[in-house]
Amino acid sequence: MTSLLNRLFGRAKIGSGATAKNRLRFVLQHDRINLPPERAEEMKKEILAVIVKYLAVDRERVEIDLEQRDRTHSKLVAELPIVNETDKNARPAAEVSAIAESNGAVKTADDEADKVGEDSAAKPAKKEPIPKAAVGEAAEENDNKQRGSSAQKPPV
Amino acid sequence: MAGKVVTISSGKGGVGKTTATANLGISLASLGKRVVVIDADIGLRNLDVIMGLENRIVYDLVDIVEGRSKLRQSMIKHKKFEDLFLIPAAQTRDKMAVSPDDMVKLTDELRDDFDYVLIDSPAGIERGFRNALEPADEVVIVTNPEVSAVRDADRITGLIEAADKGPGRLIINRLKPDLVKKGEMLSSDDVYDILGLSIIGIIPEDELVLSASNSGIPVTLNTNSKAGMAFNNVARRLTGEDVPFMNLNGHRSFLQRVISLLEGR
Ligand SMILES: Nc1ncnc2c1ncn2[C@@H]1O[C@H](COP(=O)(O)OP(=O)(O)OP(=O)(O)O)[C@@H](O)[C@H]1O
Ligand SMILES: [Mg+2]
Repeated sequence: MTSLLNRLFGRAKIGSGATAKNRLRFVLQHDRINLPPERAEEMKKEILAVIVKYLAVDRERVEIDLEQRDRTHSKLVAELPIVNETDKNARPAAEVSAIAESNGAVKTADDEADKVGEDSAAKPAKKEPIPKAAVGEAAEENDNKQRGSSAQKPPV
Repeated sequence: MAGKVVTISSGKGGVGKTTATANLGISLASLGKRVVVIDADIGLRNLDVIMGLENRIVYDLVDIVEGRSKLRQSMIKHKKFEDLFLIPAAQTRDKMAVSPDDMVKLTDELRDDFDYVLIDSPAGIERGFRNALEPADEVVIVTNPEVSAVRDADRITGLIEAADKGPGRLIINRLKPDLVKKGEMLSSDDVYDILGLSIIGIIPEDELVLSASNSGIPVTLNTNSKAGMAFNNVARRLTGEDVPFMNLNGHRSFLQRVISLLEGR
């Protein structure tokens, strides 16, 4: 709170207390699942390497993150936007998402069916021809929507 | 009612376990409770000097466990409190001289005659910590608002839960309110967010703690000491009383109390 005020008034940058908190979060995330940061990075690369064998993934927007509610509830959350092969510049046609929880259960996109269903229902425009002049705008809007929904991670 | 065994632990060394044990012992005794404090840090005896009882020691924990002395004759009575006793650690032995089972047997004997048995755990997660943990009904975890201390507190929290002794409650020791205010120290809220343990005490950094250990008179006996007052509050919370948190900066007393209430503490 105080540091927020400080920042608002441009007096100080982020205090070392906040840095400590962020570093602790990071360290404990790895401690708690006994997977050191370097190994986690390796794992992410391997996961991605497998996925790209089958799908064209928009690497720029790939996000594979550890999330943690508390010391006994961790999950791996992956967002892997897929590029539509026929038009590499277009927005992704679908997204693969997978969640692996620390209790061993692996949720795949199936469990996220609701979310995906909602997503695609919200984009009927995808298959219909879009008036040329509107393409740029529509695509942008869609893209935003998609970003918005992908940011709405399921409650951890 | 049978007495309660409370183990004071931390993972990291030097965060204030012995200081906390001595002060809680004194506070509980001044509340009229019958108390034994056990120094389980074998080879690094300390609780005796912090409590000013070092010149009265005849027998120690290992003597009791190995049957060389009777429990009653080995306990050292505090100068000021009739019902406060110390069982000192052995200084020349190592932690392997005592087993977790020994500690259970010993504390079971004490439970009948005392309200509280406080165990000062050694740092680390090995045998000494296991000895201190095994007989515990409740664990108090001491930490400092500092990255490495909080990390180690999280580590032992996991071990405590795995041993079915959890969840522990947390003492945040050596908090500097002015640094928290400047954003240069983790606040008690921060520590709570990260560890998710309920907080039983927030003890400010206090120079009088050093004078107290110099003189062997724990700081709770000094009415001018904020740390002493904070330790007194911890003792009262241990007995189940709902004591508001002192007005230090950088904590959320109201919310914490609500949380404690919800958890039925
Ligand atoms: N609230 C406080 N304010 C100032 N100094 C403190 C405070 N609490 C503890 N100290 C100091 O910190 C040092 C370590 O304390 P203490 O011996 O109680 O830690 P410990 O956790 O028992 O250590 P060990 O792991 O070695 O057994 C001591 O010098 C003590 O005086
Ligand atoms: Mg100690």
